[in-house]
Amino acid sequence: MTTAPLATTPVYERPDALTDVPTHYCPGCTHGIAHRLIAEVIDELGVRETTIGVASVGCSVFAYRYFATDFAQAAHGRAPAMATGLKRVSPERLVFTYQGDGDLASIGAAEILHAAARGEAITVFFLNNATYGMTGGQMAPTSLIGQKTTSSPLGRDAASQGSPIRMSELIAQLDGAAYVVRRSLHDVVQIKRAKKAIREAFEVQQRGLGFAMVELLSSCPTNWGMAPDEALGWIRDAMVPAYPLGDFKVPEGLRPARKGAHA
Amino acid sequence: MAVELLKGNVAFAEAAVRAGCEAYFGYPITPQTEALEHMAKRMPELGRVFVQAESEVAAINMVYGAAAAGARVMTSSSSPGVSLMMEGISYIAGSEVPAVVVDVMRGGPGLGNIAPAQCDYLQMVKGGGHGDYRSIVLAPSTVQELIDHTVLAFDLAEAWRTIVVVLADGSLGQMMEGAELPPMRPPRPPSERAAWALTGAIGRPTNLVSSIHLEPSEEEAFNQRLQAKYAAIEAAEVRVEEHLTGDARIAVVAFGTAARLAKTAIAAARDDGLAVGVLRPITLDPFPTAALRALAERVDGLLVVEMNAGQMLQDVQRVVAERVPVRFFGRTGGVMPMPEEIGAAIRELAHEVGAADDAAPWQEVPA
Amino acid sequence: MTHAERPIADVVIAGFGGQGVLFAGQLLAHAALDAGLHTTWFPSYGPEMRGGTANCTVVVADGPIGSPVVGRPQAAIVLNLPSLDRYEPLVAPGGLLVVNTSLVDRAVARDDLDVVAIPADDVAAELGHPKLTNVVLLGALLARHPALRALGRLTPEHLATTLARVLPERHHHLLGANRAALERGAELAGAAPAAVAPTGA
Ligand SMILES: Cc1ncc(C[n+]2csc(CCOP(=O)(O)OP(=O)(O)O)c2C)c(N)n1
Ligand code: SF4
Repeated sequence: MTTAPLATTPVYERPDALTDVPTHYCPGCTHGIAHRLIAEVIDELGVRETTIGVASVGCSVFAYRYFATDFAQAAHGRAPAMATGLKRVSPERLVFTYQGDGDLASIGAAEILHAAARGEAITVFFLNNATYGMTGGQMAPTSLIGQKTTSSPLGRDAASQGSPIRMSELIAQLDGAAYVVRRSLHDVVQIKRAKKAIREAFEVQQRGLGFAMVELLSSCPTNWGMAPDEALGWIRDAMVPAYPLGDFKVPEGLRPARKGAHA
Repeated sequence: MAVELLKGNVAFAEAAVRAGCEAYFGYPITPQTEALEHMAKRMPELGRVFVQAESEVAAINMVYGAAAAGARVMTSSSSPGVSLMMEGISYIAGSEVPAVVVDVMRGGPGLGNIAPAQCDYLQMVKGGGHGDYRSIVLAPSTVQELIDHTVLAFDLAEAWRTIVVVLADGSLGQMMEGAELPPMRPPRPPSERAAWALTGAIGRPTNLVSSIHLEPSEEEAFNQRLQAKYAAIEAAEVRVEEHLTGDARIAVVAFGTAARLAKTAIAAARDDGLAVGVLRPITLDPFPTAALRALAERVDGLLVVEMNAGQMLQDVQRVVAERVPVRFFGRTGGVMPMPEEIGAAIRELAHEVGAADDAAPWQEVPA
Repeated sequence: MTHAERPIADVVIAGFGGQGVLFAGQLLAHAALDAGLHTTWFPSYGPEMRGGTANCTVVVADGPIGSPVVGRPQAAIVLNLPSLDRYEPLVAPGGLLVVNTSLVDRAVARDDLDVVAIPADDVAAELGHPKLTNVVLLGALLARHPALRALGRLTPEHLATTLARVLPERHHHLLGANRAALERGAELAGAAPAAVAPTGA
């Protein structure tokens, strides 16, 4: 008996903007999802050859291995400054940074605020996993009150260690910031929304509307000491209440293009 | 106290606690982070100050503030973080407040890697920050010395009102070795802080901690005073170890981890009949000029071994001033030189200067 | 030899992260210290560990130790194939190589080594404690390593005493199992053949 070959439609392929190498991320880490979403958008916009990425210092320091675009690797916290330099001398290129919470909200707090205040035409992807992943799980500026980390062994205490910084809300205050939203990567619905925001953040840059940032609530199962699915649950149950999802600033110019924007 | 198996990073942090350190400010960075984590646990437990700063720039300036208040204070970091501290270190030197910095060096430049290296020698010993300042720089080569130097660093910092740097590397920070911690010294009560410290001007004229001297002649007078202090430190605080240099015809000059690697290498070379010793500067600043010069008079050749491209080498060449051949063997980028490789370099030098005449025949060392 | 320190033993232990490689090395170092010896324990750290492999080097001596790392170790315990591939060529001629054959599907090619082959995963599982692979292999090393065995101060009994000191109280129910694993490893390793060169050769 012969069987006719089945007609196959690919349901899953590697985007051209991702290289064909296994990542170094831990099993269940959402850095991989964020990479894929960004790469899919780069493909869809057809900008792989005209985009320049800036990797920060954190677990995503090796992002340059995974994106098939030009890439730079900045000093810890300085990616927005480096991106400023890149963008100012090559305004026709799309420039994005990819930064963790230690990088963006701690050591690089000045650089990100000033890049936003200047209305730098760059796109920032801010992965907030409430910890320092690469160095082994220390407290981050975004760690939750009571969260136990290797440098807050008794749990983060507001009186001595301060309170979590909501960077999106903070940056949205700045006149130069054009597009600031927070999304999450904890389930399929949220992931789809995140992708849409990533696309918008690139479009803001393409249309010259100013500084754009997408904050993505992200997991670090390794340093949270959780199984991957438990970690996604922790984003939903512990992080989302502290970091409400939503749009903090969306430029007028983008509005007509948006159908069914969600809060 | 008994000898315990201690990890270098934990050992120096606990040594600081026991030396009466009142405040620690730092920022995570590998291969030093265990020290910060130890302090995060220990300092609050003892009612002392621990702050994870937002950056190394902030950490060193928190140190500056606590030091200005007359407290025993320290920070620790690794190469990229120490680079960020250079401005603060210059200010601390320029206002003569005591502070301790531990640098657990890693491969560079730039982000480099986290493997053991000694490539911050020039940065730490020659300045790094701006201005005519110097620091006392201690270079431990065992976990025990890392402990002892941390304690000593506080005492020297206060005695001389200066920055003291403990220049370790990733190998010392990450390894475990038998060592003994010092007994617990309670911190100095705030009422006994130094007369120059900012303690509030209750019943006394006000104090100022500052590094500004707008009038050039005043800045020059201040600089002359600093230089006089550095000369006094040079006269009083040089520390050096000479290991089997008595009969040596060849000497290895190395500090920290490189020196202990060299000690293993010369053991093998001596088995082959080569008269080799090691001179190990324990203080990199002040540099053991006299001991090195005296040794250079006695030996036929010197081999400088470092985990960098030849940084201390410049000081050795300056001091030795062509009295004997000075050769260099180094590995960079976080690669540790294996004793076998150092041994090969020793033999090469011995043959070059004719110090290998009665040694066993040359043997290729497998790489 | 009076002019320089010469270690009694240097041992590399290598395997996947999670196989207890670093712990086995620490146990050996703690026990050496308890036996009144000098010791260093030097781990691989950082991205190398992310890659899933881990190794450490333990040096034991009766005087101050120079290098905590060795280019050509006198003994190695390898817990998986990549570690065998990496360390087989490096062990010094005449040295000791302890292999976990549960995860290694090839023979040791060199004929100038004393090779102890133990299916340690299976042995540990038989003992009812599959996580004690590392301890079984350490027991084998200590029984077979000429210089360490000759000390008479690093027997399973000594190591059990050390473990009781360094293990947190909440793990003390495992002390018996650890001792059994050390003893089983020692038993499987048997005595060293006379041909093995003394360390330092
Ligand atoms: C100047 C400097 N300080 C410290 C470090 C060490 N370091 C590397 S990554 C990192 C934190 C990364 O955390 P985060 O930005 O939250 O990213 P994640 O690893 O969680 O993705 C730190 C402190 C460094 N490389 N440079
Ligand atoms: S340590 Fe955390 S953030 Fe880093 S790769 Fe692993 S799971 Fe992801």
